[in-house]
Amino acid sequence: MLEIKNLHVKLEEEDKQILKGVDLKIGAGEVHAIMGPNGSGKSTMSYVLSGRDGYEVTEGEATLDGVDLLEMEPEERAAAGLFLAFQYPVEIPGVGNMTFLRTAVNAQRKARGEEEYSAGEFLKIVREKAKTLKIDADMLKRPVNVGFSGGEKKRNEILQMAMLEPKMCILDETDSGLDVDAMKLVSDGVNALRDEGRSFLVITHYQRLLDHIKPDVVHIMANGRIIKSGGPELALEVENNGYADLLAEVQ
Amino acid sequence: MALPKLKADATEARLAALTLPEGAAWATELRQDALNRLTAMGLPIKRDEYWRYTNPASLVAPEAPVAAVFDNGDEAPLFAGADALKIVFVDGVFDAAQSSDLSQEGLEIARLSDAMSADIHWVKDLYGKLESAGQTPVERPFAVLNTAFATDGIVIRATGNVSRPVHIQYLHENETSDAILHHVVKVEEGASVTLLENGPAAARFNKVTEVDVADTGAFHHIRAQGRDHERRAVTGLFARLGTESAFKSFTMTVNGVLTRNETVIELTGDDAIAHVAGACLGDGRDFHHDDTVFITHDAERCESRQVFKKVLRNGATGVFQGKILVKQGAQKTDGYQISQGLLLDDDSNFLAKPELEIYADDVACSHGSTVGAIDETALYYLRSRGVSKTEATDLLTLSFLAEAVAEIENDDLAAELTERLAAWLERRRA
Repeated sequence: MLEIKNLHVKLEEEDKQILKGVDLKIGAGEVHAIMGPNGSGKSTMSYVLSGRDGYEVTEGEATLDGVDLLEMEPEERAAAGLFLAFQYPVEIPGVGNMTFLRTAVNAQRKARGEEEYSAGEFLKIVREKAKTLKIDADMLKRPVNVGFSGGEKKRNEILQMAMLEPKMCILDETDSGLDVDAMKLVSDGVNALRDEGRSFLVITHYQRLLDHIKPDVVHIMANGRIIKSGGPELALEVENNGYADLLAEVQ
Repeated sequence: MALPKLKADATEARLAALTLPEGAAWATELRQDALNRLTAMGLPIKRDEYWRYTNPASLVAPEAPVAAVFDNGDEAPLFAGADALKIVFVDGVFDAAQSSDLSQEGLEIARLSDAMSADIHWVKDLYGKLESAGQTPVERPFAVLNTAFATDGIVIRATGNVSRPVHIQYLHENETSDAILHHVVKVEEGASVTLLENGPAAARFNKVTEVDVADTGAFHHIRAQGRDHERRAVTGLFARLGTESAFKSFTMTVNGVLTRNETVIELTGDDAIAHVAGACLGDGRDFHHDDTVFITHDAERCESRQVFKKVLRNGATGVFQGKILVKQGAQKTDGYQISQGLLLDDDSNFLAKPELEIYADDVACSHGSTVGAIDETALYYLRSRGVSKTEATDLLTLSFLAEAVAEIENDDLAAELTERLAAWLERRRA
């Protein structure tokens, strides 16, 4: 599915190296989690994979099912099946949430040579998926993320994911700013999408999310590299002892 | 005081190309009065402060510069679907064949040229009155010229709640047409009327609309100026608002090399409301669009709102000069003004001059003016969901204009204009 080899990334504007040789391989149907101290490069990796401007790949590669991601425009990566749930979903005044969802879904269907949904068909599918995420009709009508609470924004991200049905989902600190109930709701939404053909990369600071979304593999990222990988027990170790021991180990 | 030579010469040259239309004695008197005022003030030149951002030369020139008629293919004219009393002017000339009968329940409606030829007509007490009141503190010479030389127009008196709008369509067929039209609208106490306007009108178009809204009356106005790339227009919208009356005007402008829309509103009765909004899309170095607004609060607890948005690309220029004047005694005034430019490239310009002048001490007035590019983060967000860069840019552009379009109360018309704006973005890209 997703394969990252020796990825080196610096900021375009300054001479600052953020990723210093990341290697990561996620197979179909697997759930991987990445934890790590602030500033270790976790979010940067998600941005680089989804094609945000402002970063320069100086070395290495990233492929999705063998196709080079880094050469593609962000919308091409999305059509290829990559999805990033944003840590800070963007507010877009004046664009209705429903219009946004339909535009996105149909753009991807078109790019893949599939038939676009009619307004009626689309409405039916959205309503069904929105219901399980407890997203009401009002939230679908309002402008994208405008006036949404933190929890509503994150639920809206998961709704987009559910509608777009990507094969590789990256969740960037989707649990930040969520209360216990909202975290459960979001996790249920994610778990409902787990499937042998779909993989997840979950970036988080807290073990709690991983109680809900059970990972197959946990990676620890520090200083632009993955310094340790293991099973779910690695997340528990971090929760109990922090990163100091792990960092000391590699130095 | 003698005019500067440059101004005097330009005015003289322009006047030489015009003759006062014939009419009843009272009408000729009103026109002659306007001509005298115009001769005293002269037409604007580039050096005038009020024309600092917009060069008036092509509007002053004796002849209208040539403007090609644009073929818009099979695109249906705006508001074509609306059930309305339809009035058509072709290059400024009334077209009876294409127009509805000039009669409707709750309305007295006539051609200006007919009204001005009648011995007695209610328009006598209004023609040029709001225009001349609007000459202080800032002179608006093109409106004075209009009052003197307007060849035709429509006069409307609303006496009841008229739900079926009046729709004036301006067709442009002649490449050198120079049209001067003057409309007068009188909304009586408790009455209401909606005016729709669309079309390029002429190679050069000078239009004045005077709107007198009596106590508790309401006037709604939606106008689309557009289409022909080379057309020029200078318009003056003058309104006087009585107690608890409402005035709402929205203008969409696309294309045209030069458009100057002046809106002058005086809130003279307590608790009146005036909303003026505009959405503009400009493309190309020769596109110049100017909104000049002057709102005077001269009564208590009135509300005024100005919302102007301009999208500019490929070297286009947008201008906003907007003023709120709160007179002494106009307590509890609620004034709001926002003007924003969205520049889609590095070559375009947005020039803004927001002004507040307040002489009452218990008022709330706010204003903001911004200029910027497409939000890169929002663009990335949309693209990461699979929306192409061009489609995402269009979506964000429409989102930028949405605040202005939202000022239109009729949802169907707002949707129709939004659709037209979207189509324009797509067509101009092709």
